[in-house]
Amino acid sequence: MTQTNSLLPPLTERSGVLRWMRKNLFGSWPDAILTIVGALIIYWAVKGFLTWAFTIAEWEVVSANMRLIMVGQYPVKEVGRLWIALGFLVFLAGNSLAIWARKSYFVTILLLGFPALLAFLPIGDESRGWLFSLTALGLVGWGIGRSKPESLGKIVIFGWVISLPIFVLLTRGFTSEDGIMPIVGTNLWGGLLLTFLLTVVGIIFSFPLGVLLALGRRSELPAIRLASVTYIELVRGVPLITILFVSQLILPLFLPPNMTIDRVLRAMVGITLFSAAYLAENVRGGLQAIPRGQFEAAYALGLNGVQTMVFIILPQALRLIIPILVGQFIAVFKDTALVAIVGLLDLVGIAKTVLAQPDFLGLQREVYVFISLIYWVLSYGMSYLSQQLEVKLGVGKQ
Amino acid sequence: MQKSTGQKAAIPFWRDERILNILGQAAFIIGLVIIGSFIFQNMRAGLAKQGITLSYNFLQGISGFDISETLFTYSRTSSYWQAFQVGLLNTLSVSIVGVIASTIFGVILGVARLSTNFLINRLAAFYLELIRNLSLLVFLIFWYLGVFLKLPRVGDAVIWPGSIYLTNRGVGVPWGLPTDSYPTFRLILIIGLVLAIGVFFALRAYSKRTGQAPLTILWASLTFAVVALLGWFVLPEAPLRFDAPVIEGLNMTGGKVLSPEFMALTSGLVLYTSAFIGEVVRSGILSVSKGQVEASRALGFNGFQTLRLIVFPQALRVIIPPLTSQYLNLIKNSSLAIAVGYPDLFYISNAIQNQSGRTVEMFSLVMITYLIFSLVTSLFMNWYNQRIKLVER
Repeated sequence: MTQTNSLLPPLTERSGVLRWMRKNLFGSWPDAILTIVGALIIYWAVKGFLTWAFTIAEWEVVSANMRLIMVGQYPVKEVGRLWIALGFLVFLAGNSLAIWARKSYFVTILLLGFPALLAFLPIGDESRGWLFSLTALGLVGWGIGRSKPESLGKIVIFGWVISLPIFVLLTRGFTSEDGIMPIVGTNLWGGLLLTFLLTVVGIIFSFPLGVLLALGRRSELPAIRLASVTYIELVRGVPLITILFVSQLILPLFLPPNMTIDRVLRAMVGITLFSAAYLAENVRGGLQAIPRGQFEAAYALGLNGVQTMVFIILPQALRLIIPILVGQFIAVFKDTALVAIVGLLDLVGIAKTVLAQPDFLGLQREVYVFISLIYWVLSYGMSYLSQQLEVKLGVGKQ
Repeated sequence: MQKSTGQKAAIPFWRDERILNILGQAAFIIGLVIIGSFIFQNMRAGLAKQGITLSYNFLQGISGFDISETLFTYSRTSSYWQAFQVGLLNTLSVSIVGVIASTIFGVILGVARLSTNFLINRLAAFYLELIRNLSLLVFLIFWYLGVFLKLPRVGDAVIWPGSIYLTNRGVGVPWGLPTDSYPTFRLILIIGLVLAIGVFFALRAYSKRTGQAPLTILWASLTFAVVALLGWFVLPEAPLRFDAPVIEGLNMTGGKVLSPEFMALTSGLVLYTSAFIGEVVRSGILSVSKGQVEASRALGFNGFQTLRLIVFPQALRVIIPPLTSQYLNLIKNSSLAIAVGYPDLFYISNAIQNQSGRTVEMFSLVMITYLIFSLVTSLFMNWYNQRIKLVER
């Protein structure tokens, strides 16, 4: 068997640019035409975009308003607090990467180097300094995590749990005007900061609600099942913008007269309630994929209903749907833009303020291209990280 | 054994799961009712303070605002209800145009993404990655403020072949004006449609009887086209007179002028949704195993036949459910018209709500309308899905 084969010369495929082009670009006549059309489209689009971006576009509108786009009308002298809050997050991220992603050097370098990379953009010297210290802080966190990975795990998880309260506390402040951390009202929150907070709050609070709704939908108790199904289908059947308007205009009517809630908080409630319904459907998909035997085995081992769910079923179900969950989180991030329509000054809402300045009239293209770029980088980053996470957890391989 | 059955009879009611279940549900319902009535009382009290009682009678009142785009006669003396209908029709027209165009464009993208041609493949992949990570609202605003309002003024309009005028006041396209013979022509069109449906069913019956697979839809559409063309030339006068837009001073007259709002909303929605549909189509086609294609080629089908008779019917089963949710997304996303100022259902309802102060009534009406849209679309797509589903034995 092997004897005759080894006598034959090995099969070789001649390689080379021409051969590759012939195979992949000019395989047949229709193929060749498509290639030429495609090349023309690329030439036209790239040339048009580059010409616009480097000769016509006036990017001063972006660089002059960078602070407005990032934090809105947040008081200048308090911005340092936000950097500290961000530093805490980067430090934790460095720690976590060192503990749970020891081998993922590429992701680590990418994530921790990102702030330093941003520092090369034309922004003020002060921000540049802060950005470099962010990367330094991340590296320090990484080094600490690297040296003591076993004992730090629990502390880092605790750190993540308290990170949102700390971030909100630092953003809002807690003392009166002349104290060390004067309160900054939510009406001054804006730009990327507001978008970030809306997204994070929406994701964190809609998650438990969505899991509960998914469990409710699969419950054997008809009253609970019916209530969950009604809620999920009702919310999924209407556009987000109606829910945001309802939460802005009608929610105050539902509350007792002496009780008022903040506009930003109302938007957060709207986004959370909306996202929970979609999340519930995703979680339900994961739950349905768990074979019945898992339930039976858990019962046979003497676990009760709640224990079965928390320790056996949910961990498996959630691991299965990680890519879908990340997709849902990205959708929440992109959907927070709609709060601009109800008058909040998030990344999109602030664009109107920027464009209303007499110096920068008519520069809509520049501003919206820049804002789209921010959305694109962050969404793409999230989906890239989720792919890495999937590989690490071995979803679909076991 | 004896003992345990005795214990079972004596199980205290607070540990009996059946009774606990019922009690738990009762507590849940009572909780919901208490919260609901608390909310309702607050709302009633709040509205009473403003001197409003819940009722939909206000819809008969005079609206008092103008709407830039209407599909039927409407003026500021029309009622709120008529204004609402204008919005409803505008939403429907955007949705229908959007669904059809994004399906076509999405299928092209999905197929291009799977092309063996390296350049086309990369181009489609780039487009999908670019669009899917953008925020739709920013995308729509960009199309409106950054593209359609930045087109040249009417005086220096960009003219595309086929008398298409691009200006910052809208896009002018040629439009057919009905002439005297139009009613007769419409009758002929109906006859053509009936004939086409007849051909469709005849061919299908033939295919069932003989096992041949004729191009049913192609022949049916051809029948319709032939009848329509015959009617066009047989009639003494052409039923439609083509009217191209003309620039007169500072205005465009004639033809049909599609407003920048409509163009921005529709093109934005189509370009955005088609990226998602492209991904759906791609995964559908990939779900058909390679063996199916090889087997069909081994049986002597050619490339087109393989695609039409083997790959496509199987891919469709995977495609339809996610495609339905993309259609629903498009319909719901059309409410973002408010960001570009196109008077759709949501925009007009918001105007009515502002004008009349009837917040609760108007938003409940809007939500119910969108729910009905979603329900009808889902029902239709579910019906279609049932029809093409794999029949398991």
